[in-house]
Amino acid sequence: MEGFLKAAQASWDALPYILGGLWWTAGLIIGAMLVGFLLGVPLAVAHVYGRPLSRKLVAGYVWLFRGVPILVQLYLFYFGIMAYLSEIPALSFLPLSSGFVSAVIVLGLTSAAYQSQIFRGAMNSLPAGQLKAARALGMSDAVAIRTIVLPQALRLAIPAWSNEYSILLKDSALAFTIGVLEVMARTRAVAATTHQPLPLSLLAGGLFFFLTWAGIKALKRLEATVRIPGYAHQGSL
Amino acid sequence: MDGFFSFALDRIIPALDAGLWTSILLIVPAALLGVFIGVSVGAVRVYGPRPLARFCDGYVSLFRGTPLVVQLYFWYFALPNIQIGDVALVLSPMWASIVGFGLCSGAYQSEYIRGGLLSIKRGQLRAAQALGLTPLQTISSIVMPQAFRRALPGCGNEIIYLVKYSSLASIITVNDLTGMGRSLAKSSFRNTEVFVVVGLYYLALVTVAAFVLRIVEKKLEIPGFESKRD
Amino acid sequence: MDDPVILRVENVVKTIGGQRILDDVSLSVKKGRLKVLIGPSGAGKSTLLACINFLSPPDSGTISLDGVPVNGKSKKELLALRQQVGMIFQDFNLFDHLSTLDNVRVALVKVKGLDKRAATNRAMEELARVGLADKAALYPAQLSGGQKQRVSVARALAMDPKVLLLDEPTSALDPELIGEVLTVIRDLADEGMTMVMATHQISFSASLADEFLFMEKGRIVERGTPTTLLARDSGSRTQSFCAKLSELAGDGHCELAPPSGA
Repeated sequence: MEGFLKAAQASWDALPYILGGLWWTAGLIIGAMLVGFLLGVPLAVAHVYGRPLSRKLVAGYVWLFRGVPILVQLYLFYFGIMAYLSEIPALSFLPLSSGFVSAVIVLGLTSAAYQSQIFRGAMNSLPAGQLKAARALGMSDAVAIRTIVLPQALRLAIPAWSNEYSILLKDSALAFTIGVLEVMARTRAVAATTHQPLPLSLLAGGLFFFLTWAGIKALKRLEATVRIPGYAHQGSL
Repeated sequence: MDGFFSFALDRIIPALDAGLWTSILLIVPAALLGVFIGVSVGAVRVYGPRPLARFCDGYVSLFRGTPLVVQLYFWYFALPNIQIGDVALVLSPMWASIVGFGLCSGAYQSEYIRGGLLSIKRGQLRAAQALGLTPLQTISSIVMPQAFRRALPGCGNEIIYLVKYSSLASIITVNDLTGMGRSLAKSSFRNTEVFVVVGLYYLALVTVAAFVLRIVEKKLEIPGFESKRD
Repeated sequence: MDDPVILRVENVVKTIGGQRILDDVSLSVKKGRLKVLIGPSGAGKSTLLACINFLSPPDSGTISLDGVPVNGKSKKELLALRQQVGMIFQDFNLFDHLSTLDNVRVALVKVKGLDKRAATNRAMEELARVGLADKAALYPAQLSGGQKQRVSVARALAMDPKVLLLDEPTSALDPELIGEVLTVIRDLADEGMTMVMATHQISFSASLADEFLFMEKGRIVERGTPTTLLARDSGSRTQSFCAKLSELAGDGHCELAPPSGA
């Protein structure tokens, strides 16, 4: 009983500190989502509408970033590439030695590989007549893709895309390995000083579980607001 | 980059080969455990009695809703703090990893198995009944072969994820590929080279695993059950 | 004329979701005869067929096969019953993961306990009978609808059923594929197979059936020989239903097809 009280007290005391890590967790997710989206869309367009060579390049990119574990990429970027770049004087104005920057890059590049596949699937599922009709109106391919294909494909992709949120949320917990003070890092730190790993790991688990659940709820809302008639969304897996 | 190849040949590769072996010893039992859990839990969620099915639903959303690293942390660091009488549950890093990966992977696998089972049309069951097949025969010769084929691409992807996420074992001190790479990088200060080679090892593992799974799929593929994957 | 009664259905009642789908239905089929169930959809034809082999067990009433009443409580008896009652479904329900040959063979091996060679021989025989021996290695996804339905007939026949239940066997087929399935059914009737068939192919079945049963709202409201019921001046429900169907289909007439062989 005494042990239980001590554990509860330790968790309670640590709560504000651990919740403070949410800012970093949120920053990682938003940053990676953004990088992944901005890179994933052109990758997908190149994969679907590009020349054979650009298709091959995209396929290679996807193979690379889907094949190397996030953890190894984090080590490679943070301890290797970024540490190397940060020693170049001309680049010293960039925050290259920040773990957060490395983590956003790694999570973003990996997410881009997955997001490009999501968008590719959505584009492929559009009827070919859409692009034909746009061309018949005299649109260039670039214009047709921007104004006709993407607005439809991105809507179709939303359910799969919201799945990407929960994946990134979970992967963001790995950023502690390169010193980002997100939720997991703070949990470990407190557990190490208080010797209470049990309640603290349950606390962290509960927090992430809540974030997954709340995020998926919020994205369902978003889905409903951008829905336009005639677009049946299958629920995300 | 000077002397990269000699450094790679003399130092990195011998160290990583040892780590590779550890990784495989982790991945194979964890994958088997995951598939076993996935099939049982998936079947219970579809056909099981309601309370048990709900319980399994809870297990799946819990393990899919929390980061694997938190789960590993729980199995390795937190579990020994639970004492039943005088017995504390202490798992070695290896076992904590296998249990952690297996339970997490099983939660994801069960989703695919469940999807496969739900995709079976009612008419298939009626036809089996009409021919006089027993429920057990119906499950073993009609339901499972179909469900398994439908679930296979997803289950295969899940095993590939497992290969990658096995790298997390290094966080709880297992000297797998990543762990060996980490200590070599620390002692040699040649981070970029070491982790590039570690990455190549994983790429090779993932590619071989994908290739093997593709062969299995092709072997099992029959008209009407073509696997749709990119 | 004194053939034995193979199948007897007595006072069967079936309620699903508070709705009475079958309301005191009785019929009996003698060996080698074909009974045809006619009526609008929702009349209970499919449910009646499903009650006969207990795919959906009747709430009350009895089903007797060869003079022996079926005990719906005993699982063993149910399985035995289903071996002896073949069923053809509207949407075929071939096992999608099994080749044509295996579809016919699976129950021979698993239910009848035949060894593989005997089962193969038997299955090939039945496939030849429906004209599909050359398709034995193909999977359902590679067959046309008409071929699928013929395989499902072969699958049912391989079990040596005492009676065959056909639930609108041609309703899910494209018009040009109906003929091949009807031919198989005609052959079965000529060979003396005992059958109960629900169908909208009225003029086709008129030449084969010994009795038409017109169902509506879960009851058999009319029964009689095709000749009587389809007579132009009979004023029967069957006649007006048939007339409506052929009007919709636009194929002209609702009359007795000329007797086979004529």
